[in-house]
Amino acid sequence: MTLELVCPAGTPAALRAAIDAGAHAVYCGFNDETNARNFPGLNFSRAEMADAIGYAHRHDAKVLVAINTFPRAGDFALWTRAVDDAAGMQADAVILADLGLLDHAARAHPSLRLHVSVQAAAANADAIGFYARSFGVRRVVLPRVLTVQEIAAINRDIAIETEVFIFGGLCVMAEGRCSLSSYACGNSPNMNGACSPASQVEYREEDGDLVSRLGGFAIHRVKAGAPAPYPTLCKGSFEAGAYRGHVFEDPVSLDAASLIPQLAAAGVTALKIEGRQRSRAYTQAVVRNFRRALDAHAAGRPIAAGELRALTEGQQTTAGAYSKTWR
Amino acid sequence: MTQARFELTVGPVLFNWPAARLADFYARIADEAPVDRVVIGESVCSKREPFHADVTEAAIGRLERAGKKVVLASLTLVTLERERRAARAMVAPPGDEAGSREVDIDDLTLLGFVPPGGRFSIGPMVNVYGEATLGFLARHGARRICLPPELPFASVAILGRAAAEQGVGLELFAYGRMPLAISGRCYHARVHGLSKDSCQFVCEQDPDGLPVRTSDGTDFLAVNGVQTLSYKFANLVGDLDRLAGVGVTSLRLSPHTGDFIAVTHAFAAAAAGALSAQEALRRVREAQPQAEFTDGFLFGGYGAAPLSVA
Repeated sequence: MTLELVCPAGTPAALRAAIDAGAHAVYCGFNDETNARNFPGLNFSRAEMADAIGYAHRHDAKVLVAINTFPRAGDFALWTRAVDDAAGMQADAVILADLGLLDHAARAHPSLRLHVSVQAAAANADAIGFYARSFGVRRVVLPRVLTVQEIAAINRDIAIETEVFIFGGLCVMAEGRCSLSSYACGNSPNMNGACSPASQVEYREEDGDLVSRLGGFAIHRVKAGAPAPYPTLCKGSFEAGAYRGHVFEDPVSLDAASLIPQLAAAGVTALKIEGRQRSRAYTQAVVRNFRRALDAHAAGRPIAAGELRALTEGQQTTAGAYSKTWR
Repeated sequence: MTQARFELTVGPVLFNWPAARLADFYARIADEAPVDRVVIGESVCSKREPFHADVTEAAIGRLERAGKKVVLASLTLVTLERERRAARAMVAPPGDEAGSREVDIDDLTLLGFVPPGGRFSIGPMVNVYGEATLGFLARHGARRICLPPELPFASVAILGRAAAEQGVGLELFAYGRMPLAISGRCYHARVHGLSKDSCQFVCEQDPDGLPVRTSDGTDFLAVNGVQTLSYKFANLVGDLDRLAGVGVTSLRLSPHTGDFIAVTHAFAAAAAGALSAQEALRRVREAQPQAEFTDGFLFGGYGAAPLSVA
């Protein structure tokens, strides 16, 4: 069975590029705080989403609409409207995290396919079973805290599909259960759909160093003239006791391409690429390479690692929690 | 004494305290602390559990004899097979004897185990941001919900109305370092050059968590094994008038070293309206002189903001 390749799209152009490059499915969101990549200039108006779904369906691809922030008290209608609109546009699934919103979607749209977002951090078969029984969800996106062995065990115990991250940015915390960003600057993925947002970032020269700050807190410090890393909070350099360095995680991104055969053997249905904020050209290159890798795997051919490695040239990568030593 | 406006809950000890310290702590809570409920047990790391299981069992008896309602803490992140078994056993104990203790659910894993008609409370690491989710949990048996620390006051006010309509108690994380994140990775092990599986329980060295500073020396966060906390302590003792007005019914005080009993007394007196906000703050500062306090998530626009009250 071929693994399904689920690809990010921050814009209609990126969506078309991903589909043309071989994406089986594309995930994207509306241009408001209902989705967890709520960045300026990204995401889809209602008309763009309807067009995108039409384009995907004409090319035999699926559109999964991410409505995966937690509805703000008093504004539930903004989120239910997003679900209702996605259903009306014949989206192939909606990706949800909030219990109240899942409950609404299951009642109001019994034939709409529901996926549990990674933001729900359903990290074991019992939690997944709860979502399946309560809301009839068909797929769960697994949080990035599990080893390949644990993923295999989960798949033996559950009756719904699993989707796992294979490439791109890496949360080091259980997703959807982290308010570090709002502690530092007031905006969080859960509430605002944005972690460490650019509006709260500043770069300053201090004593010959270039310091990048989030909400005023120094996250990175490099020699002036060196490339300054973006101050994503959990990838920052800090001091804890005698330790100086990346307390939470090095500035790495996830690359589990070499684990495609093991993830397939573990019973995973779909592989997800992170990066709705990335450029169209990047999306296209990553999708094309992963599609080739999945086709090779399905045909029993070895995966040419070199091609995938080229995508992360100059960057540190990790297999993250998939390997047990990461913990 | 005037009628208390809030019930007081002592949250679970988040840190890896040695058994003797835990035993002493709960003995004093039982005998001296003017609190209504005590959530007890391990909520952060299941590897710590065997070391204090006996002490916890004894403390439960002592607390109940002292008239405290005891609620069992549950793990914030359940992944391992043995953690799942333990979680299931907690919510539906073998034989399911009547009067089995209420569980504080801090991971939705446990929700699926609650038997029909079962009642439970919800801890601060479950995502309750809006009234629909609050209603869903209330219909499934939640009798009290401790909101996530990151909610602003405007959300708390709306949830206060919803909680009253649903007949659910609404609790805020009112004192102590706030849980901000949970991970599969152990940061205590990492900064000591160890892995989680061979951690040597180094988290025991930091009974209030290990402070994390920025490169320019600003205190920022605190790590506690797989958990990340705020460096600043939540302290809502000066905000009680505003909170009582919007339907908050109880306050969760999270255990720390220092004079925690004095902290519970200051909150109890302020909850009864017997102390001014300034005097209550002064007493909490005196009980925990090293701590920096914040009510920033509620009133300051971000979690680390300075206290909104003088």
